[in-house]
Amino acid sequence: MVQEQAPQKLGIQFEDLQQQNESYIVGMWTFLVTEIMFFGAVFATYLVYRVANQEAFWEAHRHLSIPLGFFNTCVLLTSSLTMALTVHYAQRGLRKQQLLWLFVTMALAMTFLVVKGFEYHHKFVEGLVPGPNFRFEPAEYFRVAQLFFSLYFAMTGLHALHVAIGVLVMGVLAILIAIRHPSVQDFIPVELVGLYWHFVDIVWIFLFPLLYLIPR
Amino acid sequence: MSMTVARPGEVRHNYLNAGDTVLSWLLTTDHKRIAILYLVSVTFFFMVGGLLAALIRLELLTPQGDLMTSENYNRVFTMHGVVMIFLFLIPAIPAVLGNFLVPLMVGARDLAFPRLNLASWYLYMAGGLIATWAMVRGGVDTGWTFYPPYSSSYSTSQVTLTIIGAFIIGFSSIATGINFIVTVHKMRAPGLTWFRLPLFIWAHYATSVIIVLGTPVVAITLLLVVVERVFRLGIFDPALGGDPILFQHLFWFYSHPAVYIMILPAMGVISEVVACFSRKRVFGYHFVAFSSIAIAVIGFLVWGHHMFTTGQSVYAGMAFSLLSFLVAVPSAVKVFNWTATMYKGTIDLRAPMLYVMGFLGLFVIGGLTGLFLASLATDIHLQDTYFVVAHFHYIMVGGTIFGYLAGLHFWWPKMTGRMYPEGIAKLAALIIFAGFNLTFLPQFVLGFLGMPRRYHWYPEEWQMLHVMSSAGAALLGLGYILPMFYLLWSLRNGALAGPNPWGATGLEWKTDSPPITHNFEETPIVTEEPYAYDNHHQHEEVASGTGTGTTETRDSV
Repeated sequence: MVQEQAPQKLGIQFEDLQQQNESYIVGMWTFLVTEIMFFGAVFATYLVYRVANQEAFWEAHRHLSIPLGFFNTCVLLTSSLTMALTVHYAQRGLRKQQLLWLFVTMALAMTFLVVKGFEYHHKFVEGLVPGPNFRFEPAEYFRVAQLFFSLYFAMTGLHALHVAIGVLVMGVLAILIAIRHPSVQDFIPVELVGLYWHFVDIVWIFLFPLLYLIPR
Repeated sequence: MSMTVARPGEVRHNYLNAGDTVLSWLLTTDHKRIAILYLVSVTFFFMVGGLLAALIRLELLTPQGDLMTSENYNRVFTMHGVVMIFLFLIPAIPAVLGNFLVPLMVGARDLAFPRLNLASWYLYMAGGLIATWAMVRGGVDTGWTFYPPYSSSYSTSQVTLTIIGAFIIGFSSIATGINFIVTVHKMRAPGLTWFRLPLFIWAHYATSVIIVLGTPVVAITLLLVVVERVFRLGIFDPALGGDPILFQHLFWFYSHPAVYIMILPAMGVISEVVACFSRKRVFGYHFVAFSSIAIAVIGFLVWGHHMFTTGQSVYAGMAFSLLSFLVAVPSAVKVFNWTATMYKGTIDLRAPMLYVMGFLGLFVIGGLTGLFLASLATDIHLQDTYFVVAHFHYIMVGGTIFGYLAGLHFWWPKMTGRMYPEGIAKLAALIIFAGFNLTFLPQFVLGFLGMPRRYHWYPEEWQMLHVMSSAGAALLGLGYILPMFYLLWSLRNGALAGPNPWGATGLEWKTDSPPITHNFEETPIVTEEPYAYDNHHQHEEVASGTGTGTTETRDSV
């Protein structure tokens, strides 16, 4: 399977490479469980307030741009595909293809962040950032709308932070692969970053309908 | 009694003398050295928390609030709670004994991720220093529960700084939890099947599951309090459109299971010690193992019993009450099984065993009074009284700290290579037991009579009970100081321990005391069940080929 058979570095605590690789994969999955619980608490908060304030949430969500949200959804889903391709080529030990698809994934991730930045800017201009300058019509929904946008910024902000960390990690990974660093001679680091990246995508798949597509 | 002395005069290589510069400690990735780093740090914070407890008991000697103002009293009991829970009770057993023993017990050279392990200690220290800084700058007065809207909108104390400290410490325990889960899954020695694992490992596995599932929730919840406080976003404060009950749900979703994070590792210690000093297999191994898992699972479904007197629906209250009774069952299973383990055993009343006996009695009292509080009607009367304070101190101190001290004494020879002095250790155990009961038994009465927690003015007729409690606290303090001295003393003057001074089973006793840097000369192969004390004399089948190559004098005590 691995064509460029490079000697993989074995940590002193491990018996063999298989044990080491499996440990890293299990560790990553366990970390993702903590991430699910992390986001889970915010999702639970959102659901409680949405169930209690259906009307106001519907009014507030109309200020979000569905086209931009949809565009970003497509961007992230595509980046999941390119990340899967990166892992695919990493498992085959093909460096150039691996780097190419990693760069495409990074470019898509940054596109997502740029679009998100425009959206945030738009909310700022419209006075939809919670705080002293918050404005909302009709006034009866003012308070809940502020809550909605608090949650909107908390949830998408937390997600955007994860995207940004993903870009950073992918950047480091790309440099390590480019200089043929011994720690990335096998595909496990790429696989781990891939797992993280798919998780970040999945969070967005829940965020988009919950925030942008509230039914009447 | 005679001690096994491993080749007197010969200094063997071990993890302690593997390097003596400060950097060799601060940059170590050896799980045993990190355990020692944690031991020093949690002991420091235990002393800070203990000092704050002393202030509380001093204030409560008299019915008037004469030692400090109400504001300062609020800060003192809050910081006592924050320090003891986040900086001592949660990390104490997993990060000290667990770090040291998990790799040894599964026959591995280290945890799966040694650098992550070191990072967890740095996170702990960073969080601890931020919390200390907050204390120096005036402390926090919200109670350790940080309930909004008080914490987010009204308190003028260092809430933000303290929460950031607690948030960072949370990540240190997440790192430990992930490390333990992966290590238990993937690093077990050949032949060490799940049902050959020591119950200490089962307990730490269950603990890690709770850490991994619970800690992120409280982390984000506390972060939202800070966001509300700093940016005035309405999330929990009703004046800003939020719901304070939601905070309580999210907070207790972690903080009730956190009780099991504190007690489960202690239960693991008890299983090891009780088997060794009764010279018997643990009665009902599978039940004890699965009861740890059951506690971890059911423990996540009972958080609502902290909220019986809030606006929670009565049906939710009934469900939470029922589930809280249910979670008592696996704990009771453990207590019965430990007792049955001692039945017809050859009981040796060493200091660790005294702590085990103390644990059993105190944990039963703590657990059963928990059922009073899980009953809807009695809880209305007892909510937020000293009855609650006494109940959870019976679990936290009588359970966790007794387990911690039992484990620290039991594995002290393994960690340091030296025996602690038995006589004074027994005396300290007895003093702690007496002092503890004198401190907290009167508090049950006080609570039942209606003394609310977190008050420092009280009617004069309760002074007698408070004086008893404060006197007990002084005795308890003396009991805690003794081990600090004689354990340090034993580092130089204790008798050499040898690989297995207790004649115990378990892989950690198959290597040197103190162990060599990578634990075993060669990976041990396990061929028998744990706690094979019955066939003790022919239990050399565990082909470890380790340490001193020891078949030498392993006298049973």
